[in-house]
Amino acid sequence: MDKKLEPIVKAVQAKFGATLEEFRDEAHLFVKPEQIVEALTFLRDEQNFELLSALTAVDYYPQETPRFHVIYQLTSIAKNLSVQVRVPVNGSSPKVQTATRVFESANWRERELLDMFGIEIEGHPDPRRILMPEGTEGHPLRKDFPLGYEEPQFTFNFDEINLQKPYAKE
Amino acid sequence: MAQLEEVSIEQFKHLVSERALTGETMLLNMGPQHPSTHGVLRLLLELDGEIVVNCIPDIGYLHTGIEKNMEAKTYQKAEVMTDRLDYMNTMGNNLAYVMAVEKLVDVDVPPRAQALRVILVELQRIASHLVWLGTSGLDLGAMSMFLYCFREREQILDIFELVSGQRMMTTYIRPGGVWRDVPVEFEKAVRDFLKTFPKRIDEYETLLTKNPLFIDRMVDIGYLSKETALSYGVTGPTLRASGVDWDLRKARPYCGYEQYDFNVPVLNEGDTYARYLVRIQEFRESLKIVEQAMNKLPMGPVRSENRKFVPPPRSEIGVSMESLIHHFKLWTEGFPAPKASIYSAIESPRGEQGIFLEGDGGPKPLRVHLRTPSFDNLAVVPQIVKGHLVADLVAILASIDIVLGDIDR
Repeated sequence: MDKKLEPIVKAVQAKFGATLEEFRDEAHLFVKPEQIVEALTFLRDEQNFELLSALTAVDYYPQETPRFHVIYQLTSIAKNLSVQVRVPVNGSSPKVQTATRVFESANWRERELLDMFGIEIEGHPDPRRILMPEGTEGHPLRKDFPLGYEEPQFTFNFDEINLQKPYAKE
Repeated sequence: MAQLEEVSIEQFKHLVSERALTGETMLLNMGPQHPSTHGVLRLLLELDGEIVVNCIPDIGYLHTGIEKNMEAKTYQKAEVMTDRLDYMNTMGNNLAYVMAVEKLVDVDVPPRAQALRVILVELQRIASHLVWLGTSGLDLGAMSMFLYCFREREQILDIFELVSGQRMMTTYIRPGGVWRDVPVEFEKAVRDFLKTFPKRIDEYETLLTKNPLFIDRMVDIGYLSKETALSYGVTGPTLRASGVDWDLRKARPYCGYEQYDFNVPVLNEGDTYARYLVRIQEFRESLKIVEQAMNKLPMGPVRSENRKFVPPPRSEIGVSMESLIHHFKLWTEGFPAPKASIYSAIESPRGEQGIFLEGDGGPKPLRVHLRTPSFDNLAVVPQIVKGHLVADLVAILASIDIVLGDIDR
């Protein structure tokens, strides 16, 4: 871990009781779901982490508690540092608070979480699906969602497959 | 699977103004098939006459599930998916992914491979900026720019074909180095390009930079403040045109960027014209890097000798039993990666191209997340187009330089 990052990690640990994991000089801080907005605000306002580089999740299915980790990758341009904040979320009714009041960029990324993992975002200003079409069933990046296979369409089975396709038909 | 539904105004009620519901302002679809949206992007515009009141981007038309597909492939085979991501920056995507894999499993990369990577990625940056310059010229009515830019881009694609056999989907940069050494013609091809291209940039600038029509369309259009840009996660030339000096090549040098002498152009104006000027200057800086890397290009191997992660060369397979075993194991089973996660990022032509990679101890990734710059750069567009004319929206979109393959993944 970078020397400059140590006091910041200590501060977050002291304030939020976060646990630390390190791997190849990256610091991953585990924060409780209810504290995430406070933790992000603290890192942005008092530690100059002004850029939310990435917001995503990992599905640890079939493990249920916690099933997901929501990941906030923060970058400080002023200090040239990075830190990762992770929030464990349980499999039954997964939920996190929205970070849109801290970082505007969380808006679209949280919609992606909602779309791809089915993690509910509390207080999101625009909770619609973002990539998949409206009315899609399931959440594609969950591990229990099958990868899927589409039968190749040739001349002999063209009509048969065409019938199954979700085109707009008149 | 998905049922197709009728789209109603009810869904967008919270995003449009009151006047849209009474019919005072008009809702208009721009796209998904529109030449100025640079791909299949739909913008739902709320218009008061010609003036944009609200803009609601609708993305996902090019969603191909690359992240999910990569989870089902071994680390080496998943790399071909990254080419299809941001199709204007194939070498850069390969590099971003490969650097993430190398960081996860800890493989060394020989110096010659590092220098080759820098040369190719910088050439790719020039090619990507050329497409941006050509298409944004086209959007603003400068038809000839498009033809000139694609003429030069062809030279770069020929170099890629020379080294990898492919013009676009190269997959040339591999974990532990590059696919194979460059052919002897490579040096001449790059030198020729280095000789002709500076004059071409001068020509582009003669055509555009001081052109009064161009300036009228660009200056003071689409102002993006530093604070808005940071909050929306905007990176790359768009951020640098708003006065933030942040370039990962300088801030966190990778592939030996610290050896090369180059500047990072930063402007404070934050308008469409500033974004244009930053990219034009980046052409010259990239050329400087390519020239220095060509002069320094060390001799030696182009792939790591670590046989647990990097397949042996073809010539060894016939004479060495171990090589045959390694070859077989690596291409059938793949190599295992530790049960840990890393985030690694490079500076793509559009901004921070980050890869979040988590291994589960086996040969396939547990999760790959592609942090793509265009996704965030597009998210800020609704903020900066408000109050502009529809024609200015075209100029703003062009100056942001989005690639839909990068947004939808």
